Amino acid sequence: MLEIVNYLAGFAILASVYAVLALGLNVHWGVTGLMNIGIAGFFALGAYTTALLTTPPPDPAKFEQFVFGGNLPGLFQRWGVGGDLWFLAGLAAAALVCALVALLIGLVTLRLREEYLAIVTLGIAETIRRVFLNESWLGNGSRGLYQIPKFLGNLAAPWLYDLLYAGVALALLLALFFIVERTLRSPWGRVLRAIREDEVTAAASGKNVFRFKLQAFVLGALIMGIGGGVYAHGFRFIDPFTFDPLLATFIVWVMLMVGGSGKSAGALLGALVIWGAWSGSQLLPGYLSNPNLRYLLLGVAMVLVLLLRPQGLLGRR
Amino acid sequence: MAGPRRSRWLLAGLVAASLGAAAALTAPELLVNGLLLGCALALGAVGLSAAYGILKFIHLAHGEFMTLGAYLALFFLMEVLPALGLDSAGLGLFTFGYALLLALPAAMAGASLAAVGLDWAVYGPLRRRSAAPIVMAMASLGVAFALRALVQMVWGNGIHQYPRASREFIQLPLDIRVPPDYLFLGAAAGIMALLLQVFLARTRIGRAMRATADNPVLARVSGINTEATIRWAWVVSAFLAAAAGVLLATANAQLRPELGWNLLIPLFAAAVLGGMGSIYGALTGALVVGVAMEVSTQWLNPSYKSAVAFGILLLCLLFRPGGLFGERE
Repeated sequence: MLEIVNYLAGFAILASVYAVLALGLNVHWGVTGLMNIGIAGFFALGAYTTALLTTPPPDPAKFEQFVFGGNLPGLFQRWGVGGDLWFLAGLAAAALVCALVALLIGLVTLRLREEYLAIVTLGIAETIRRVFLNESWLGNGSRGLYQIPKFLGNLAAPWLYDLLYAGVALALLLALFFIVERTLRSPWGRVLRAIREDEVTAAASGKNVFRFKLQAFVLGALIMGIGGGVYAHGFRFIDPFTFDPLLATFIVWVMLMVGGSGKSAGALLGALVIWGAWSGSQLLPGYLSNPNLRYLLLGVAMVLVLLLRPQGLLGRR
Repeated sequence: MAGPRRSRWLLAGLVAASLGAAAALTAPELLVNGLLLGCALALGAVGLSAAYGILKFIHLAHGEFMTLGAYLALFFLMEVLPALGLDSAGLGLFTFGYALLLALPAAMAGASLAAVGLDWAVYGPLRRRSAAPIVMAMASLGVAFALRALVQMVWGNGIHQYPRASREFIQLPLDIRVPPDYLFLGAAAGIMALLLQVFLARTRIGRAMRATADNPVLARVSGINTEATIRWAWVVSAFLAAAAGVLLATANAQLRPELGWNLLIPLFAAAVLGGMGSIYGALTGALVVGVAMEVSTQWLNPSYKSAVAFGILLLCLLFRPGGLFGERE
């Protein structure tokens, strides 16, 4: 019984993380038409930022190679701030770092032809992964960070933590969902959609296309950074291999395309459906659970959606 | 017209000369190896740039064409040719045997067949629906992951090797040591570049390709069959990509499923540096990127090679987004 509960809790945590990433991608691609294929990069930056800020300092006895662990929970305790508020500080920092990186990328690429953003995001994700792999003083190299603290760990027995955290992740996801929905329904969101549909007309009606794109790119990246942070405290272990382009970029794209690009609800539904199919097929017997077969099906799913139902499950033409 | 063009060449010359000088002074061996590896990159980048010129979208599965080509060659070298009694290794100074000279064109043909098939199944239908270029790029990302998964399903996730015999490095003046297969790589790439030049300049299809790249509407109006031209563009692009894949797998003495994906950034760096869509630009860009990647290993962890290529790409986008030879943005 407990096993099943924990399995479902783990599923819910990951599905929520993916839903947050898909929510961010929806701001980029679905609403504004920006092709970000470096989701893994923002995911990694967010996760490493909060992980490094909250992990205890390295212990020479364990031959840990990284030099900085912020130990925010300890600091907050010393400052007399209770209630595990360090968690929100970590998430805020994760969002901030991703927003800054997105700002730099956007400044370089968003004035140019749209394809350049795709190429640059692909490159930045790969570079970030290599930096965390090679610079072991930064993030403990390939051994990764494994002492990421629990959020509200005192409230639940260790075997119930996943369940508790699944609730936290879902609550955060819903909060983000409503904030993003609200934002996208505002006049600002309408301008983004206008840019996606026809950049020239948007510019002709006096909108600064570059600036709006930049804001949308930063907003989406910030959301992805929060997704990374939520992941880090849920699994409490990250290493560079976690942020492989396949499972950290491509699957999010499939989720958004299947769910319905342009709609936040589509992002949520896609995350649930695809993550359900992905983790469900792990349980299939024999060759059916072969990861390569499942990768192939993901690729085929992506192409089929584009060919047969570009609006996804929830979208309209 | 003369002004910008001259300044363009001047800039390209300056970049190449300063890079070359720095490299020659610090690491002549890395310079030579970088030029030879740049030749392989050039084959890939030329195909990528030509596909962009004619199809007008960035083809993210281009690296996978390299991987597919390299694995098809593996299939011919390990299964088909030995069954015909044609297995060999160690031809003259090279580690590979004459079997590779048979497997190389076979792999190139196989990869271009796959490319034409993909155009028929995926890119063609999207094109006829006049999908946005960025949607085509998305589809190509799906194709990339599907191809990679297919390769891993058939050949596994591990490392493979073509049949090889061990050979001494070649000693050049200035204490430069070069693996013999690198020389083959350079020579084969050079021959293919020459053949491509003849194809583009002399044949009807080649001229149609250049015309379509220049101005698709005008090309169609003047009676060029754009669909046929596009099919030929796929053939040429996959041909060159597969050749690059096989030559790299030979020169590196190993073959992994990530071969092509890991080269995607260097390929784009080369193509953007040369000006997306420009064939000669991509050639030059690839040599610059290849040398920079190799020479950087003098100071940097070799794992950062693709980051070095990415740095070049960023600098190029910052200061000359149209590339050295392309049109101004």
